[in-house]
Amino acid sequence: MLECGAVGMVSSTDLLRIEDLGISFAIIGGPIRAVRHASLRVLPGKVTALVGESGSGKSVISQAVMGILPHTAHITGRILFSDPETPGETVDILKMPRDGPQIRALRGSRIGKIFQEPMTSLSPLHTIGNQIGEAMQIHTDASAAERKARTEEMLGLVGFANPARSYDMYPFELSGGMRQRAMIAMALICRPALLIADEPTTALDVTIQAQILKLLRDLQAKFNMAILLITHDLGVVANIADEVVVIYHGEIMEAGPVEAIFRRPAHPYLKGLMAAVPHFDLKPGERLAAIREVPVNVESLLSKRKVSSSRDREILLSAKNLEKTFTTRKSDWLGKEHKTTVRAVDGVSFDIRRGECLGLVGESGCGKTTVSKILMRAVTADGGSVVLNSATGPIDVLAAEGAALRELRTRIQMVFQDPVSSLSPRMTVQDILSEPLEIHGRGDARSRLAKVKALMQAIGLDQRFIHRYPHSFSGGQRQRIGIARALALGPDLLICDEPVSALDVSVQAQILNLLKDLQKELGLTYLFISHNLAVVDYMADRIAVMCRGRIVELAPREILLRKPVHPYTRSLVAAVPFPDLDRPMDFKTLKLTGAADMRAWGPQFRDDGEADALAPLDLGGGHLVLARRTADITELRPC
Amino acid sequence: MLRYIVWRIAVMIPTLLIISALIFTIIELPPGDYFDSYIAELRAQGESVDSERIQMLRKEYGFDKPPVLRYFHWVGGMLHGDFGYSFEYELPVRDVVGDRLWLTILVSFVTIVFTWLIAFPIGMYSATHQYSWGDYGLTLLGLIGLAIPNFMLALILMYFANIWFGTSIGHLMDQKYLGQPMDWDKAKSILEHLWIPVVIIGTGGTASMIRRLRANLLDELHKQYVITARAKGLGPFRTLVKYPLRMSLNFFISDIGSILPAIISGAEITAIVLSLETTGPMLIKALQSQDMYLAGSFLMFLAFLTVIGVLISDLALALLDPRIRLQGGSTK
Repeated sequence: MLECGAVGMVSSTDLLRIEDLGISFAIIGGPIRAVRHASLRVLPGKVTALVGESGSGKSVISQAVMGILPHTAHITGRILFSDPETPGETVDILKMPRDGPQIRALRGSRIGKIFQEPMTSLSPLHTIGNQIGEAMQIHTDASAAERKARTEEMLGLVGFANPARSYDMYPFELSGGMRQRAMIAMALICRPALLIADEPTTALDVTIQAQILKLLRDLQAKFNMAILLITHDLGVVANIADEVVVIYHGEIMEAGPVEAIFRRPAHPYLKGLMAAVPHFDLKPGERLAAIREVPVNVESLLSKRKVSSSRDREILLSAKNLEKTFTTRKSDWLGKEHKTTVRAVDGVSFDIRRGECLGLVGESGCGKTTVSKILMRAVTADGGSVVLNSATGPIDVLAAEGAALRELRTRIQMVFQDPVSSLSPRMTVQDILSEPLEIHGRGDARSRLAKVKALMQAIGLDQRFIHRYPHSFSGGQRQRIGIARALALGPDLLICDEPVSALDVSVQAQILNLLKDLQKELGLTYLFISHNLAVVDYMADRIAVMCRGRIVELAPREILLRKPVHPYTRSLVAAVPFPDLDRPMDFKTLKLTGAADMRAWGPQFRDDGEADALAPLDLGGGHLVLARRTADITELRPC
Repeated sequence: MLRYIVWRIAVMIPTLLIISALIFTIIELPPGDYFDSYIAELRAQGESVDSERIQMLRKEYGFDKPPVLRYFHWVGGMLHGDFGYSFEYELPVRDVVGDRLWLTILVSFVTIVFTWLIAFPIGMYSATHQYSWGDYGLTLLGLIGLAIPNFMLALILMYFANIWFGTSIGHLMDQKYLGQPMDWDKAKSILEHLWIPVVIIGTGGTASMIRRLRANLLDELHKQYVITARAKGLGPFRTLVKYPLRMSLNFFISDIGSILPAIISGAEITAIVLSLETTGPMLIKALQSQDMYLAGSFLMFLAFLTVIGVLISDLALALLDPRIRLQGGSTK
């Protein structure tokens, strides 16, 4: 399947060559064959992307290369590694004894690895300097002073502004992006010939992702090393890979140079995967082609709710000047206290109209989740007001108590990010779906059962599963149960907090289509929170962009993503990688300091420390931009 | 941090005051006092009671005064090291406890070291070889140790110690050294006897510590940072010691708070069965005979050790875990 020219010649130059690899796990009830007859190659100094969904076996392959598979794994085939430092010598990694000195001499020294979760892949109890230098301590006889000097040099290379100070920092003192940089420094300190990057940017924000990709590319060129990049994001692949290998259910579907793969995808799975990713070029009304579509059947639910088109423009929820401040206190050994105040939400105002979907985007830590929690009354706001115009009259959301609060709970419901931890593992689907009805005393046991069945039908879940527990469902099915639970009380407003970011691409399309269909059929109103601009673009009618607790730009989706005005929005949009070879990311313009750094913005967008200097200016057509009150609107207007 | 320590010590004062009031009240609760039970005991043995002498003693120790006054007298005395008078032994409390306290600390300390030395290697082995025959075997052994009551083990070991090694039964030293001043022969005799109570008291503790260490290590062993360390090429044993073991030590350090009081009062039943010269049996006897100052001071001492132990473990945790040291005090 590999497009090798002269087989004999090429094979001698392959850095890594996997031949007929099979990996199975022995579990009760028969072995699971995670990888079947997989063959692939990694050329020296090139980036090879291994693309597939979760559970496709791509991570298992990378673990096999490092020899860090669990004991239960049974491996067949060959993994040949030809180190360019010892030309002509090829070793079979699978023949080496498990955790023996031979394989340990390769790990961390000739083959480095970075992982998906920068939060958990570093030990919280050791300084990053200690953890990075350790790799050198294992593989070289360098003295402590040399190690420290080299570690600080590496920290500088991966973008730490003050390496000497960062050396003694603990991982929890760093942001996710900085931790991933520390991880890269650790993997590269011994200058390996091959770097395995297992979903290195999946857990990061788009702008940070762009920075890490740029860093990887720069370092790859500098050290002339090969990268085996494991990812499910075709946008990342198009921007960084030289060769692509597509894996599905443990079998290699397609392999070749990135040009061939993207311009002429041959295998239906790859075509399907490409159609399932939301991107900015979707025409209004165009639908994602989910690999496994779920039929929506809401007829049994419809009887309760009729949507009248005349009320379409009415404002359902109006938030004005929301404020929330968090205070963290820190004290050192001598008792000096440092108080830091974070304005998580700073004068946020927006309206949500009945029947629309308002998107809320921003990087992690910008306050978007805090806003949703304020609306849910899970966090008490310091100031501001929220009014919900429900069918029974307006409710003051922030002041509601007693019966009014109970009524409010039925009007606003939430769909959570993590479908695993947001469902109780000790409740069946029936328990989960009927609990809201029981709490609010809706109907008797029989009518509740009927309602539960109707809900299951609405989300396309087989009614025979009614007595199953959440663990027997896949991530996508669990998220559908979460959506059904939120719909049980027939709310006016559904807050979706990153509902698809924990899901695979193909499942993501399925959930997004389900939410869209439900909205159309039931006339629901959504507040859709996400860090993924393409997903928000697909779902939302209007989009609000949050940065440092403030809404910096709010506009209809066609305008916001195509003609953004605010510099923050612009850098967010620029950082999204397209799964399209003709639209490569502009790595040169990336700001190393991050998109939220105000100093890089134009003077008309900065408050320069003055209070109350900025106000949302109306550019017409519902396009609001946070800028100086004195700024000229015609100058700001997009051309 | 300094401010935190000062604050914690300041909070200890009202805590100890409340505990002392509670102890005093509980000891006062049963009807009568030491002299009533003393008279009853004498009468039961058919001896005559010198009621005048009793009245004199009552007056001397303030038993004619209201309880509140006696409480303040007791607390005030403790502040300058006067723990009151033991009626049973007719000696100041300090002299009664003194010698036994050192022996108790010796037994407990050796027991704790014994527990750690056995539990750590076994716990680490069990966790890294989960579900192997070794793990099952050691788990079974641990469960047996946990399930056998200490007093029974004490009786069995006493029997075999006598038969095999000819060590005399009971006590922490040979009978002839009892009440003698400390010298080399006495110290040797103590060491000769020490291993029996250490093994007996240690068995249960070792077994439960193995279980906890195994569970804690198993939680950590599959964490991502362990895989990171392996991917660096670190050897299996060094990985284990540097990362997961260090992480799972927190439970162990928070244990110090409960270990300190246990040093003084633990393993009473074993001590009674083996008639050890430790403080455990003394406390039980003092409570039975309403020897109130001995019992009260004893309980106060335990409370003090608990409070100090918790402080020490909190500070040790902060010292060992940067997350606790540097992240504390954040509010929602």
